[in-house]
Parts: sequence; structure tokens; C-alpha cells
Amino acid sequence: MSDVILPGGEGRLFQRDRDWHPPGFTPQYKSTFFRSPKHPLLAIGQTASELSGPTFGHSLIGPLDNDLIRNYAQDGGEAMGQRMFVYGQVLDENARPVPKTLVEFWQANAAGRYRHKREGYTAPLDPNFGGCGRCLTDENGFYSFRTIKPGAYPWPNNGNDWRPAHIHFSIFGHSFAQRLISQMYFEGDPMIWQCPIVGTIPDKSAIDQLIARLDRENTTPMDALAYRFDIVLRGRRSTMFENKMEGN
Amino acid sequence: MLHKTQKLKETPSQTAGPYVAIGMAPNVARFADIKGVFPEDLGTHVIGPDTPGERITVVIRLIDGDGVPASDAMIETWQADASGKYVAFGETRADGFTGFGRRAMTDERNEFVIETVKPGRVPGPDGRPMAPHLLLWIVARGINIGLQSRLYFEDEPHANAEDFVLNKILNPARRPTLIARKDGGSPTRYVLDIHLQGPHETVFFDV
Repeated sequence: MSDVILPGGEGRLFQRDRDWHPPGFTPQYKSTFFRSPKHPLLAIGQTASELSGPTFGHSLIGPLDNDLIRNYAQDGGEAMGQRMFVYGQVLDENARPVPKTLVEFWQANAAGRYRHKREGYTAPLDPNFGGCGRCLTDENGFYSFRTIKPGAYPWPNNGNDWRPAHIHFSIFGHSFAQRLISQMYFEGDPMIWQCPIVGTIPDKSAIDQLIARLDRENTTPMDALAYRFDIVLRGRRSTMFENKMEGN
Repeated sequence: MLHKTQKLKETPSQTAGPYVAIGMAPNVARFADIKGVFPEDLGTHVIGPDTPGERITVVIRLIDGDGVPASDAMIETWQADASGKYVAFGETRADGFTGFGRRAMTDERNEFVIETVKPGRVPGPDGRPMAPHLLLWIVARGINIGLQSRLYFEDEPHANAEDFVLNKILNPARRPTLIARKDGGSPTRYVLDIHLQGPHETVFFDV
């Protein structure tokens, strides 16, 4: 036991910075009009319910779960497109790694087409590409997967809007209150800055946090590019001092 | 550096989008129908055959501000077991209880349906046990950041009356927005209508 007396709220998560996240109602993204609550969110802090969360073990993960090039491919085939590894570290706001947490991802194929029955884009499906995968972070919070670069795709919204190439991410953390879904974009893509969904985030430096960096040094010769995308989840007050008891 | 309090900023949220089922429930035939990647969609089973407790069916309807069912949403649930204990981090229960449920997009009746056990009471921050409840997390096209809410049970009036969170809702007329009504059936069905907007807007939390 430590003799250090912590300020109140030991073990609590840091308050979420709602100005850093997109607000609920963002008129340029029309779907938010009827789906954004009008009452202010009620701040309740966290109880034992919010501080606990689901846990997933290695028995969940299949050998091809983190290889989108092969995990839906038929008869030894492979998905078409620009091959790449996406990897990064899941950290908390204290910059501590978040180990053994489930990271899930989904995306369109190289032509920008999603494998979904409500999809209306004319681009073709790739018979060897499903578009989903998952992995657990290692003891240092690292995840990685192999995939192809998704294409940009059109959506109605204002009539002719286009999404920049992106990969959807879902991350659990260790508390249900850390639960997060977001999207990853690609360094240098000019379409990022004309996207109404990207534009729901008010702060340009917050948007920059969603842009994966080309990692030239870690490309695989004659095979695949590498992009690095680090993810930050909410931090806990129990980790505010070094050498403290395990927080997360 | 002296006085260093610099922290990283949380990764900003983005909408889960209209195709959330591809990532979150790829096996569902009506939407993604991506078979063979995962043997089973995550969160399909909250309980196992041997999990102790009263079997219940939780039915959630999600309605937008125009009165239209938000059928393309994803709802996750997190709950304690029948004795009021959460699955601890890294713990695997021999009885198959996970406490975690997920449904991405509704069934044909515009309902999110989860088979589970009724949770027990969990200690609250005020020293009293909270009323039995499920945590809810809702994402969808048009929702820029996941919405946190709770589901309580109509047939727990005494526990609900002293619940730490329900009592934080200053307008008592809004408390019923979190309370699922008992709808008969075997196992017992509990039905909750979640309104994203409008006169019956559900209470959502900043946790």
C-alpha cells in the first residue's frame, strides 16, 4: 500500500472532454438532425457498473482474424488492392499502454464498396474481401492487422458527398465508460478536409489525431505498406502517480 | 519538466456509420451476411445454459426524433450477474456468463432482443445498493459519439426509488424513460422504448 493520499475520486476516469469530441448535432451531417438528444447529458460520474467492462481472451481470436486480405478469401485467393499493415498502440490519457483489450475494425474494399445489403454504390464487391477483423492488444498495448487500402466512397447527404478512405475502429478498454468507436484516415488524403463527417470534429488538431501516418521504414519489401495509428482511451486517476498500484 | 501535468487527448469519436453491422455483427444475414470470418458475432450470448438466475428477455426499441425506428443502430449491454457481481477483468466464468450483449441493427420487428438473466443489485457510490440495471451503449449513423444510458426494471419499485442514478435525475417525470415495462412472456419480457429526441427523450449520461 502507498502512503500517498490521492485526491478524491481515486480510480475514476478523467472527465471526458466533450469539446474535443464532435457534438451530437452537426447540421452538415444530416443524419444527426433527428438522432441527437436535445437535453444535456446528465453527469453521474462512474459507479462500479461503468468502471467494470467486458473482457475478451485469446480463445476468441482466430488465426486470420487480423488478416483482412485472407479472412474472407475463397479457395486460397486474396483480396484485391493496395496491401498494407495498420498497426499502433492503444494508450490511455496517462500515456500508459492498454494491454489485452479488444480492437475491432471494418472497412470498404479497394473500390470503396461495403459488403452490406443496404449499400447503394455501383462499385463492385470483391469476392475475396469481407471487410471485418479484430485482435487483442499485446502486453504493451500494440495491435496490428493486414488489409488493403479502402477506396473513397460516395454517399447522398448533400447530394454528392464523398467519404475519404477510412477504416472504422471499435475499442473496449477495461471499463465500459472507456468504450469508443472512431474512424482512421490516411496521411496526405485531400478528401479528409471536405468530409462532413470528419468536419463534425471542431478542432483541427483533434482531426489530426485520426490520421494514420505512413511508416516508410516498416513497409514490407515487395509486399505491403505500413501505417501507424495510435489510439488514446480515457485515463484513470489511480494512475496519476508513478509506481502506484495498477490502475487500468 | 517541472509541474508536468500534460496528458494525451482521448481519440475523438466518429459515427459508427450505416454499415456498423459489418464490423460488429457480420454474420447477420439481413445486413452484412459475412460468413466464415468469425464463428459467432460478439455479444450474441450474455449467459450460458448453466448460468444461475432468473431468465429474462430484454427488448429495446430505439426511436429517432421523427418517430422512426433507428433500425441501423448498434446497442451494447453490460450487466452484473444475478448475485450482483460483474465479471472481473480477465475472468472467465465457468457457467458461461459474460455480462456483455451486443446487437447490431434490429430484427424484423425493429427490436433489439437480448436473452439474459436479471442482474442483482450492485453497491452504489452512496453506500446503498443500486437497483438492478443494465448499462446501455448506443452507436449509429447520425450519432457522433456513443450514447450511455441504463435500463431498469418496472417490477423493482423499491430498489428504483432509492437508486443513486435514478435519483440524480432531477425531473422525476424523466425517470421512467429508463425503466423497462414488464410485458409477460416466459421468460419474462422487459420492453424499453428509447427515444433519441422528443417529449419522451431518454435520459443519457455523461459518465
